[in-house]
Amino acid sequence: MPRISVTVDGIRYEEDVEPRLLLVHLLRDRLGKTGTPVGCDTSNCGACTVMLDGKSAKSCSVLAVQADGAEVVTIEGLASDGTMHPMQQAFHEEHALQCGYCTPGMVMAAIDLVNHNPDPSEEAIREGLEGNLCRCTGYCNIVRAVRRGAAVRTP
Amino acid sequence: MTEELDAGLVAEQVAESGQLSEPADGREVGRARRRKEDARLLTGRTQWTDNIQLPGMLYVVFKRSPMAHARITGVDVSAAKDMPGVVAVFSGQDFAGEQGSLPCAWPVSEDVVIPDHPPMAVETVRYPGEAVACVVAIDRYLAADALDAIDVDYEPLPAVMDMRQALTDAGPKVHEAGNKAFTWTFAQGDMEAALRDAPVLVERTYVQQRLIPSAMEPRAVVATTDGDGFTLWTATQVPHVLRVMLALTTGVPEHKLRVIAPDVGGGFGSKLQVTAEEVLCLLLTRKLGKPVKWTESRSEGNLTVHHGRDQIQHVTLAAESDGRIRGVKVELLADMGAYLMLVTPGVPLLGAFMYNGIYKMDAYSFDCTGVFTTKMPTDAYRGAGRPEATYAIERVMDELAAELGLDPIEVRRRNWIRHEEFPYTTIAGLTYDSGNYEAATEKALALFGYDKLRAEQADRRDRGDPVQLGIGVSTYTEMCGLAPSRVLGSLSYGAGGWEHGSVRMLPTGKVEVVTGTSPHGQGHETAWSQIVADSLGVPFEDVAVMHGDTAISHKGMDTYGSRSLVVGGMAVLKACEKVKEKARRLAAHALECSPDDLEFTRGAFTVKGTTSSKTIQELALAAFAAHDLPDGLEPRLDADATFDPENFSFPHGTHLCAVEVDTETGLTKIRKYVAVDDVGHVVNPLIVEGQVHGGLAQGIAQALFEEAVHDADGNLLTATMADYLVPSAADLPDFVTDRTETPATSNPLGVKGVGEAGTIASTPAVVNAVVDALRPRGVHDIQMPCTPERIWRAIR
Amino acid sequence: MIPAQFDYLRPTSLREASEALAADEDAKVLAGGQSLLPLLRLRLSFPSLLVDVSRIEELAGIRDEGEHVFIGATATHDEVMRSAVVTSGCPLVAMAVATVADPAVRHRGTFGGSLAHADPAGDLPAVALALECVLVTSSREIPAADFFLDYLETALEPGEILVGVRVPKLGPGWGFHYEKFHRTAQAWAIVGVAAAVRRSNGSIQEARIGLTNMGPTPLRAGATEAALRGAELGDAVAQACAAAAEGTSPTADLHAQPDYRRHLAQVLTRRAVLAATGAP
Repeated sequence: MPRISVTVDGIRYEEDVEPRLLLVHLLRDRLGKTGTPVGCDTSNCGACTVMLDGKSAKSCSVLAVQADGAEVVTIEGLASDGTMHPMQQAFHEEHALQCGYCTPGMVMAAIDLVNHNPDPSEEAIREGLEGNLCRCTGYCNIVRAVRRGAAVRTP
Repeated sequence: MTEELDAGLVAEQVAESGQLSEPADGREVGRARRRKEDARLLTGRTQWTDNIQLPGMLYVVFKRSPMAHARITGVDVSAAKDMPGVVAVFSGQDFAGEQGSLPCAWPVSEDVVIPDHPPMAVETVRYPGEAVACVVAIDRYLAADALDAIDVDYEPLPAVMDMRQALTDAGPKVHEAGNKAFTWTFAQGDMEAALRDAPVLVERTYVQQRLIPSAMEPRAVVATTDGDGFTLWTATQVPHVLRVMLALTTGVPEHKLRVIAPDVGGGFGSKLQVTAEEVLCLLLTRKLGKPVKWTESRSEGNLTVHHGRDQIQHVTLAAESDGRIRGVKVELLADMGAYLMLVTPGVPLLGAFMYNGIYKMDAYSFDCTGVFTTKMPTDAYRGAGRPEATYAIERVMDELAAELGLDPIEVRRRNWIRHEEFPYTTIAGLTYDSGNYEAATEKALALFGYDKLRAEQADRRDRGDPVQLGIGVSTYTEMCGLAPSRVLGSLSYGAGGWEHGSVRMLPTGKVEVVTGTSPHGQGHETAWSQIVADSLGVPFEDVAVMHGDTAISHKGMDTYGSRSLVVGGMAVLKACEKVKEKARRLAAHALECSPDDLEFTRGAFTVKGTTSSKTIQELALAAFAAHDLPDGLEPRLDADATFDPENFSFPHGTHLCAVEVDTETGLTKIRKYVAVDDVGHVVNPLIVEGQVHGGLAQGIAQALFEEAVHDADGNLLTATMADYLVPSAADLPDFVTDRTETPATSNPLGVKGVGEAGTIASTPAVVNAVVDALRPRGVHDIQMPCTPERIWRAIR
Repeated sequence: MIPAQFDYLRPTSLREASEALAADEDAKVLAGGQSLLPLLRLRLSFPSLLVDVSRIEELAGIRDEGEHVFIGATATHDEVMRSAVVTSGCPLVAMAVATVADPAVRHRGTFGGSLAHADPAGDLPAVALALECVLVTSSREIPAADFFLDYLETALEPGEILVGVRVPKLGPGWGFHYEKFHRTAQAWAIVGVAAAVRRSNGSIQEARIGLTNMGPTPLRAGATEAALRGAELGDAVAQACAAAAEGTSPTADLHAQPDYRRHLAQVLTRRAVLAATGAP
């Protein structure tokens, strides 16, 4: 069984993993990082999106072995000193979540989007979030939240 | 005032119709409070059912039928039993003596046929994905491996896919009793007279395609036992209903069964069910004495979460030459799928009273046949019956307008119930308590820029622009806030429609609220806190709302049918009133005055004309200490209440949609969408707007994107999210939303349900717009979803 | 859902990877895994061994090699679409890659993986064909025209690994466009058209057109290319593009019937060609 080394939310783990173990199951079942949920099996919904070496990735479509040596940030690793990340705060302010199941992935995708494009237009936000499905919000408030989150991060 | 509702409160809150109320000084109700629920959801501390880990927990996976209809001739589990990590493997035979039948709580008619519905198929499978065996293993990966080692032999039977064919005697049968599940009719007025020599007759057939609800959280169940009692965590909207039903189905005594709905990731009706997997997980923990967990995969869910819609509507509208409606006749075929699940046959009935919409007419008839097919059963999906009815009437109103060469708004105006006519008893027998269709329509037209867009449409038509503009109208109402118990009884539903709430003042002055509703995204923790804060005069932050666990919330009817606020919220408010009444007696005792001499403002009782007062927090502590209570008063400052609504709630509104249709490719793009909804008074405008947004997205998705497609053999072709097209942000426009406020008179806050309104209203608005764009080319219908290919075929 | 068991190897040299693949006919290459992982999870693919090529140096990177741009097989879509070498040297590639899946998938999915997967509904095979790319493997060079053999089938031999793609730079006067038609942003192309057009003095000198999802492999719209040679902008373009579906054999599936795909090919080819010429 391959041994991998992976840093998740700032903590380094050494784990023996079956090659077929999905990164999301490593996070959820082994490391207790249940903040990252699974919503589909075809990489369409994006609920499981995490940051993998600083870039958004769908953790249901990555093998744990592929993450060997990588740094993973999940929704649980965003807040610092008890303060939510500006994007989390923006989602709260704009009521950009209802059931909250897509939210961890949506927030990660939004942060990635703003990393690439600090001042995104509505169209850029909508296209940038095409890989993350939400069934509750109709996306309007998510778009508003991403704008707000972007504005906070880029004064 | 204990049992009576606070009429004064109603009067105080009732604003002029058509005007938005602002929260009065310091009031919580009406404020755009950010949600209490968000913090845990945003930081990944949510408790989804799949997050639950118990010591020694085993993992369940189900072997599912690859065929729509087949006889099971053999199930060989021996190889699977030998696989590593496998604890047990069972087939339907192993459950045959104990699994009972999945319940149908709505035997709608005398002639209804409710076939036995084993949670795990024993002899015959009747829809693709039906469970035929299961593996229980120490790990989800090993369980999945063992599943492939189960060998099931099937003798294929012919699939029954088409409702009309299914009703002929010649074809194959889903059940021995035949393919007809029930008939249900309703008629009012003289339909024959309405149709006879009618100057205008519009006759149309509409297909409500089958939909897959697609809540983002797949289902999951955890079941455990201590050898005596059982606890079941499940991704459900209905923990209370489920507990009763599981007790009846499995024989586990109700008082030994605790059902918990932890954080639940959306439902939209799809989690209003008693599922095979819930029953089987309970039986497995009983068999094995160990905790078990089952987590659905999305492709499994597309097959086996109940589907929605799937009706064929034949609608005939008779009108005078000036557009006034004489009558509406509806003949409906409703696809039940293979079995009747919790409220399967009731869904079309929820539409039966809505085909008249907001319009006055002299005659109405509704004739529905429920049909069995070899597909996943249908059941409640956002709107459940009302979207279908609203679609039919709003589509046919546009057809009437086209037939008469009238503007679709004008045709509606000539027929709708005028503001001064409320309360109004409709031809379908419902009494609409309030409404102002004029105000909502005026506001929507202004926001939309209706005249300007009509001018642009004319211009594009004149120019022969390959991109044509279409404008669609939907002036809807719906019946929600399910429901007056006596009405449910008259419709043969198996339970009541009341809701329960408890309010407890704690010794430190904080407040615990227990609600019988079971939110899964709706924000009850926030909205109920606002109601309680106003009623008791306590800070919003001092209120905690608990729900979704039958050990904590011992009574309830759960969340569906846009009922939570208008029924459950009112139960909480009523409990607050009872608490205040007790507090008043305590205060009178402490302040040595008559209860009648006390005024209650901002959380304190004050002796009229003096400054001597007691806060409700002080009284809570006094009740706890119980050192000096009036005779006969128990040492508690809490109350329970149930609320059974007198009437449904009737939100309404006007939605306008402009689409651009590329006539070369058939692609439709929404250019502008305006929704003006009237949901009465609003507890939290942020939450209301969010509900409308989400509802619009789902209604638009039915109009343009989503459809569960089967092949002729009954296989589901849209079993993954790659094929079943749930729209993303990139596929939807920004929505312009606004409100008018015509308070409901059927509850003390003047509120109406909002959970389903957006979905109900939007589907016809979009399709009306698509058809409007293409009407000069002779098109008068496009079947949903209006795919580019369908549009291209209609106009080429 | 959960993949069946397989072995895993992560070689650091091309030779080691080739040997491992040659030794096991059920072995598969794993690059970004964005097409493969869903297939594994749905248990539609059962490889015995996955050879992870993501850390083989020869397969990585994007280089300007003068006459052409070399895109390493494991360069991710995201790297490709943001590469200045690509956006200036072969902008059609950047444009098409930006339409592949979604940002998170583009972070993991690779350019070479998309070509080797050879899904005719994928956007990149038609682009490689239209641009007459050369696919460089561990043992030879294969022109794009010879690479795609059938549905999900390429000319790669057992043990042969795609190292990278040589994309010819088309000189001044060329314009480009990728026109993708799909029902939702995430959905596969119902039809896509990749067009490279050289134009001078108001007429088209040369056009290269690749079609996505118009048959079991990506296809060139040969008849339209011929008809466009020397065509004036305007009606002549539309007439030439009416031949876009000639010689194609589009499939019937959930999202479209063949006749509709043929119709779309004509419309989208016209739009792609006009956009490539810079026409409004």
